[in-house]
Amino acid sequence: MAAAGRAVSSKVASFILGDDFWRGVVSIAAFLVFWEIGSRSQAWFGFAFPWVSQVPAPTAVLQEMFKLVQEPSFWNSALLSTVRVFEGFFAAMAIGIPLGLAMAVSRTFYGITFPVFEVLRPIPPLAWVPASIIFWPTQELSIAFVTFLGAFFTIVINVIGGAQAIDVRYFQAARSMGSSTWDIFRRIILPGTLPSIVVGATVGVGITWAVVVAAEMISGGGSAGSMGGAAGGGLGFFIWNSYVGGSYTQIVAGMISIGIAGYISSAALRKIGQWMTPWLSEN
Amino acid sequence: MSVLPAAVQSFSPGAEPVRKGRIRINDVVKIYGADDTGILAVDHCTFEVPPGEITVVVGPSGCGKTTLLNAIAGFHSISSGSIYLDDQMLCGPGKLKAQPGPDRIVVFQNGALFPWKTNIENVTFGPIMQGAMSSAEAYDKARDMMADAGLRDVEHNYPGEISSGVRRRVEIVRALMNNPKILLLDEPYRALDSLTKSVMHEALLEIFYKNRVSIFFITHDLEEAIFLGHRVVIMTTRPCRPKKILDIDIPHPRDYSVLTAKRFREFMDETVAAVHEEAIKAFAAGEKER
Amino acid sequence: MVANTRNLTSLALALHRVSLWLKSSRPYLMLIGFAGFLGFWYLSVEVWKLPRFSEMPGPTQVVREWFSKDPTYGLSIFVPEYYMHIWVSTRRILIAFFLATAIGVPLGLFLGWSERFKQFVFPVFELLRPVPPLAWVPLAIVMFRGSETPVIFLTFLASFYATALNTMLGVESIDVSYIRAADCLGATRWQVFRHVIVPGAMPFIFTGLQISVGVAWFSLVAGEMVSGQYGLGYVINTSYTMVRYPTIIIGMVTLGIVGYVTSAAVRLVGDYLMQWRTRELALGGDR
Repeated sequence: MAAAGRAVSSKVASFILGDDFWRGVVSIAAFLVFWEIGSRSQAWFGFAFPWVSQVPAPTAVLQEMFKLVQEPSFWNSALLSTVRVFEGFFAAMAIGIPLGLAMAVSRTFYGITFPVFEVLRPIPPLAWVPASIIFWPTQELSIAFVTFLGAFFTIVINVIGGAQAIDVRYFQAARSMGSSTWDIFRRIILPGTLPSIVVGATVGVGITWAVVVAAEMISGGGSAGSMGGAAGGGLGFFIWNSYVGGSYTQIVAGMISIGIAGYISSAALRKIGQWMTPWLSEN
Repeated sequence: MSVLPAAVQSFSPGAEPVRKGRIRINDVVKIYGADDTGILAVDHCTFEVPPGEITVVVGPSGCGKTTLLNAIAGFHSISSGSIYLDDQMLCGPGKLKAQPGPDRIVVFQNGALFPWKTNIENVTFGPIMQGAMSSAEAYDKARDMMADAGLRDVEHNYPGEISSGVRRRVEIVRALMNNPKILLLDEPYRALDSLTKSVMHEALLEIFYKNRVSIFFITHDLEEAIFLGHRVVIMTTRPCRPKKILDIDIPHPRDYSVLTAKRFREFMDETVAAVHEEAIKAFAAGEKER
Repeated sequence: MVANTRNLTSLALALHRVSLWLKSSRPYLMLIGFAGFLGFWYLSVEVWKLPRFSEMPGPTQVVREWFSKDPTYGLSIFVPEYYMHIWVSTRRILIAFFLATAIGVPLGLFLGWSERFKQFVFPVFELLRPVPPLAWVPLAIVMFRGSETPVIFLTFLASFYATALNTMLGVESIDVSYIRAADCLGATRWQVFRHVIVPGAMPFIFTGLQISVGVAWFSLVAGEMVSGQYGLGYVINTSYTMVRYPTIIIGMVTLGIVGYVTSAAVRLVGDYLMQWRTRELALGGDR
C-alpha cells in the first residue's frame, strides 16, 4: 500500500516537474494573456482587434464568477441543467443498451430495426423539439425526450459495435464448457460490450449537455419567439438571459460553468467506466 | 520457385570473401525505465556478426533479442556498451542511440509494407526517397528485381490484396533495392504456417546467394536457425547474453534435404538441451508472449 | 494466392456487393421495419387517434402536403421556397465544413506528429472543448457582425473539434513499424510525414469527417432555430409557432435526407481516395 502511494506521488512529482506540464501551462497562460490584451485593445491601443475586442476580459469574467458562485440562484440553474442531463442520459442508457444488445444478438431483429434507426439518426435532436413539445404534456418531458434522443443514438451504435467485436472464440469456448444461452449473455456479451458502453456513455453525456443547453436557450426565448411557457431556469437559459440583458461577462461566466460541468460529467463517467472494467487498465 | 540451381552457380565457396556488413556488439547493456527500478533486458552482451554470413539469434520469447535488433537498427537506445558496423560506431559512449539508415534495413515481424502504396511503389520507395536514383531508374530496377523474385504479377497490387508469404518477399526486395550492408530480420516468418515457412526459407537462401548481403535473423525456432544460419547464437532468458555460439559447418548452398542430414541432427542434439533449459526458465519467470 | 484483382474495377466490386445484399433476407426485413414504423405512426395518429398522438400530423397528411402542388401551409417539393431553405442550410454547412477541414486536418496531423506541438497546443484546445456549441451563440453574436457569420461560426466550431480530434487519433494509431520502416529506407522527417503519416491517418480522418458533418448539422439546426433567418432549422421552428404542423415533419424528413446525403458523399470520397482500403476490405484480406 505504501509502495503504491510512493509510486503515485513520484508519478505526480515527475509530471509536475516534466516538460509537458510546463509547456501546457505556458500555452494556457499565453492564451489568457492574448485574450486579456485583445479584449482591452480598444482602451489600451486605441484600435480594436477584430473579434476578441468584443469579448469581455478574463479578469472581468473571473470577478463575475466570484460573484456568481455566491448566489444560490446560479446553483439552482446549474442543478436544474444537471438534473435534465441525467434524466435524459439515464433514459437513453436504460433503453439504448438493451436495444443495442438485442440488435447485436439477433440478426432478424437487427434487420428489421436498424434501417429505421439509421433513417432517423441523421435528424438532429433539436429538430425534434417542436414535435416533442406537441406530443408531450409538459415542457420538462419534451426537453427530456430531446435530451434522450441526443444520447440514445450514440449509445446504441457503440453497443452494437462493441458486441459485434467480441471475439467469436469466447462464445465457442463457453459453449464447449456447457454454458447456457443466458450464461453466455451474462458472462460474455455483457462484460465484452462494457468498454464500448463506457465509450458510448462518455460521448453521449457530452452530446446530452449540448442538447440541454440548446433546448434551454430555445425554450427560454429564441429570436423566433418563445416556444410556449416559461421553461425557465437552467444554465442555457441563464446564458441567453445574460445576452438579452446585456451582461456579457455573465455570458462567458455561464459558458465556463457549462464547460466545467460537462467536463466533470465526462470525467466521472470515465472513472466509473474504468472501475467497471478493471481488466482493461492492466498492461 | 526452384531457381536454386541457377543461383548456386553464382555462389562458389572460393569466391572473394565479403568485407562489409560486420556487426560487432561490445558489452551492451540495456535497462528499460529508471536505473534503480528498471528492467534489465540485455546483460553485458558481446558477440560478432561476421560479414556476408547469416547469423541467427535464438532465444525464448521476451528475452531481449528484439531489443538488440532495435538497438542495431536505431529504434532504441542502449544503456552502455557499443555497437559497430564495419568501422563505424552505430551507438556507444556519447551516442546511445543509432541513426536508422538504409545500410541496415529491418524486415518486420508483422510486415511493414505500406498498405496505401502498390507493391512496386513500395519497392521503389527507398531509392526515390534518398534521391539515389531517378524515378525511371528506380522503376526499372524494381521491375527487374521483382521479376527475379517471381513477383512480376503482383507489381500493381496493393499489399492488402496478396497473401502474407508474398508480402514478405516483396518486403525483402524493397530492402535489397537499397544495397544494404546487412538485413535485420525480426522473426519474419513467425506468423506463417510451416508449409509457407519452408518455401520462405528457400527463397531467403536464394536471395542471400544472389546478393551476398549479411543477415542478422532473430527467431525462436531452432530448426529454422540451424537450417539457415552460418552461425547460431543461443541466448539466455531475460536478461539475455549469449549462452552458446555454434558455427554450423553444413556447406552452403543448402536445400531442404539438409533437414534429414546427419550433421543437422547432431547440431539439433547439441543445442536442444540448451534451448530447452532457457525455455523452462522463461516459463517459470512467467514471460508473456509478446 | 493472388486473385486477379486488377481486372475487377471498383464498380464491379460494388455491384457484386449489392447483388449479394439483394439475395439475402435483409431487404425484406428492412421493409418490415419501415412498414411497422410507418404503420404504427399512421394507426396511432389517424385511425385510432390515441390520446397523445392525436395532435400530431399523420403520415398521410404529411405526404399529401409534401407532394401537393398547392400546399396548405406553403412548403412542398413544388414550392421554390423549399429549395431555397435547403440551399441556405446546405451552403452554411459547406462553408463551415470546408473551413473546419482545412484547419482541423492539418492541426490534427501536427498534434499527432509532433509531441512538442501537442504539449503546447493541446491544453488550450481541450480547455475550450467542453463548452457546447450552442453555448457559444450569444458570444458569437456579440463577436461577429451580421446574422450569417455567428451561425457559420457555431457550425464550424463543432465540426472543427471532431475533425481535429479524430485526425490526431488517426496519426497516433499508425503502427510504429511503418514509421520505422520508412526511417530505415532513408526517408527524412518530412518524407515520412508525407508518405506515411498522411496516408496512414486517412481512414481515421474520413471517419472523423463523417462525424464532423453530422455534428455540423446538429449545430447548424440549433443555431438556425435560435438566431437564423431561412434554413431548415428556421423552417421547423417557425412552422411550430405558426401552427403548421405537417411542415414540421417535412422539415425534419428533409433534414434527415440532406444530412444522410452529405454524410454519404463524404464516405464515397473517402472510399475513392482510399482504394487500397476498399479493396482490402472487399476481398476479406488475408492475414
